[in-house]
Amino acid sequence: MITRKIQYQMAKRAVGPFLMALDRWQSAQKSRKRKPRETPFGPPLQSVQKLKEIMTLNYFEGRYADGAVPVAWVTSGFPAEVFFALGFHVVYPENHAALCSTRHKVPEIAEFAERDGLSRDVCSYARTDIGSVISGKTPVGRLPKPDMIACCTNICQTVLYWYRNLAEYLNVPLVLVDTPFMYGGTREHHLDYVSAQLGEVIEAAERISGRRMDAEKLARVVENARDGSRLWGECLAISQARPAPWTGIDTFFHIAPIVTIRGTETCNEYYRMLKDELTERVKAGVGGIKNEKHRLLWDNLPIWFKVREHSTMTAERGFNFVCATYSNAWAEAGDLIDPSHPLESAAKTYTYVYLNRDLDNRLKTTVDLAKSFGVDGAVLHSDRSCKPYSVGQVDVKERLQKDMNIRVLLLEADHADERSLSGEQAEMRLLAFMENFND
Amino acid sequence: MTECVSIGIDVGSTTWKAVAVDSKGNILASIVEEAEPLIDRQTERALAELKAQVKAGDGVRIGATGYGRKRVRADLVLTEITCHARGAFHLTGKGGVLIDIGGQDTKIIKIGNNGDVLDFSMNDKCAAGTGRFLEVILKRLRVPFDEVALRFNKAVNSIPVSNTCTVFAESEVVSLVAEGKEIDEIVKGLHQSLASRVASLAGDIPPDSEIFMSGGVALNESMVKSLVDRTGRRIRVLNSPQLIGALGAALAAR
Ligand code: SF4
Repeated sequence: MITRKIQYQMAKRAVGPFLMALDRWQSAQKSRKRKPRETPFGPPLQSVQKLKEIMTLNYFEGRYADGAVPVAWVTSGFPAEVFFALGFHVVYPENHAALCSTRHKVPEIAEFAERDGLSRDVCSYARTDIGSVISGKTPVGRLPKPDMIACCTNICQTVLYWYRNLAEYLNVPLVLVDTPFMYGGTREHHLDYVSAQLGEVIEAAERISGRRMDAEKLARVVENARDGSRLWGECLAISQARPAPWTGIDTFFHIAPIVTIRGTETCNEYYRMLKDELTERVKAGVGGIKNEKHRLLWDNLPIWFKVREHSTMTAERGFNFVCATYSNAWAEAGDLIDPSHPLESAAKTYTYVYLNRDLDNRLKTTVDLAKSFGVDGAVLHSDRSCKPYSVGQVDVKERLQKDMNIRVLLLEADHADERSLSGEQAEMRLLAFMENFND
Repeated sequence: MTECVSIGIDVGSTTWKAVAVDSKGNILASIVEEAEPLIDRQTERALAELKAQVKAGDGVRIGATGYGRKRVRADLVLTEITCHARGAFHLTGKGGVLIDIGGQDTKIIKIGNNGDVLDFSMNDKCAAGTGRFLEVILKRLRVPFDEVALRFNKAVNSIPVSNTCTVFAESEVVSLVAEGKEIDEIVKGLHQSLASRVASLAGDIPPDSEIFMSGGVALNESMVKSLVDRTGRRIRVLNSPQLIGALGAALAAR
């Protein structure tokens, strides 16, 4: 235990930062030597280096976390503030699976879960993470074994079964926050139901970690989460400028801190820095792509393993994804969080998440986004894995066409599993969609 | 003969097509061949033949489309969606809904009154609802293409083929034959099943828009008849339907 603690502190405070500094130095050397490549994108964001460091360090620390600090694995929509306030190291399997996908590792890892009986129809995030637990394969070196896992059903029901499986594989306790699906608004008893569960989560986390919740610390974390969400929203809103100073595809990567270290100072510092950089770019008229002719909205999760390819293809033709319902979902919570009533406001915030609300809300949010960012087209990724996000997209398409008279493409793919994508057909659809815009 | 200004090449999964046009977009000559695995070689040879036929000079522009379009050295490369729409609009002069059933996929393209592509949908990722599907099953039934219409018309009843997956449908058909079911009735059912799949992909077609059909499968009159029955609408099969994509590519490259 003591050795683990020393190793963890060394990783966190000395080795990790040293490796990051080394990486920074190497990157600087490389970019000095490398001739700038001709790309359809604007100059790269300076903040990217910082983002890379934060995320790499987080995974690096994680390797030494178990045995040193309490560890929880949580779903992306879980009110993880309670864990941060108790000093847990928090792991997001969804983020991990997305990372596996960008490195093209999903087929070989998910196969372990499939051999164990999981159908290919199950969400590819779930198959990847379960496959990773079974096989120990991961591109991040090692994931720390959790002391507990925590699941919130506000994004889908898949997570419930996925985490039950994980609990069995890992032999750890599972806590669940069940959020009633929102048709219209929330009712009093819904929120009571969710807050009561949050109370139980805190009790369980205290028991498992042997730590006591400090109300002040919780309020501080919640306040940070609120500010972080607002800052993220402000960064996104900057793309209302023409040209947009970054691309929607960039936002898919820069979203990582608000998802995985929400509630921490590091997260907010990062977004302050990013916001300043984006503001400067707007002042200087620097675009995310060099020649922004058309502005698009993206709906649903990214196609992680194709993100670069698709964004290059679109950027080359003057198309920029200036907004995305996916990135926006993490900016919506800002104003609902109230640090003086952490549990009650968390109950509301986490019940009101995008995927836990009805189609009317989705239609309205998508049209509002499309209008405020002045898009002239939209790509709706119909994600074979993520049914809750994909059901209703035909209505979204019709609404966008009717209300805004813009071109809309339904693009069938999968967010993580490249075996579920017909690359040729997807590329053809995207090209055909773009060919028919009038310049 | 008027001067050839451009040639459109459509490299499909089952056939290789090329069309030479004059400055007004009139078709001067065309070639349709079975697709060969070596696209570059086939294109080089067949293109030279077509050029010789129309006495095309060096200035003739080349447009390419189809799934093998990237392997063609062309002045302009466009997707089949855009090319089919251009070709169809050139022939009809009006907007409407174009159903294109090719070897590898089925496309439904909504064309505006000025020839713009307003929207499109495609069948996805598998052969269900495509020319390939028909080809595989007919082969399994040992029914040559020129007998299809005869058998279709002779059948009084039809036996639906319920599987959408080509592989499953093939085994379904095998067991139907083994059960002693009438081949003609299976042929009829097969076309009807395919028509209903295509119709569901097309969704609601507004009553005021005309329906056109292109692609190799449009030459199969049983398929057209099944689609007419299924949709309850008139369907206009475009002239030389398998050439529409190549025509569109030629027109775009002019
Ligand atoms: S089904 Fe969708 S919401 Fe659920 S875990 Fe998978 S990607 Fe996330």
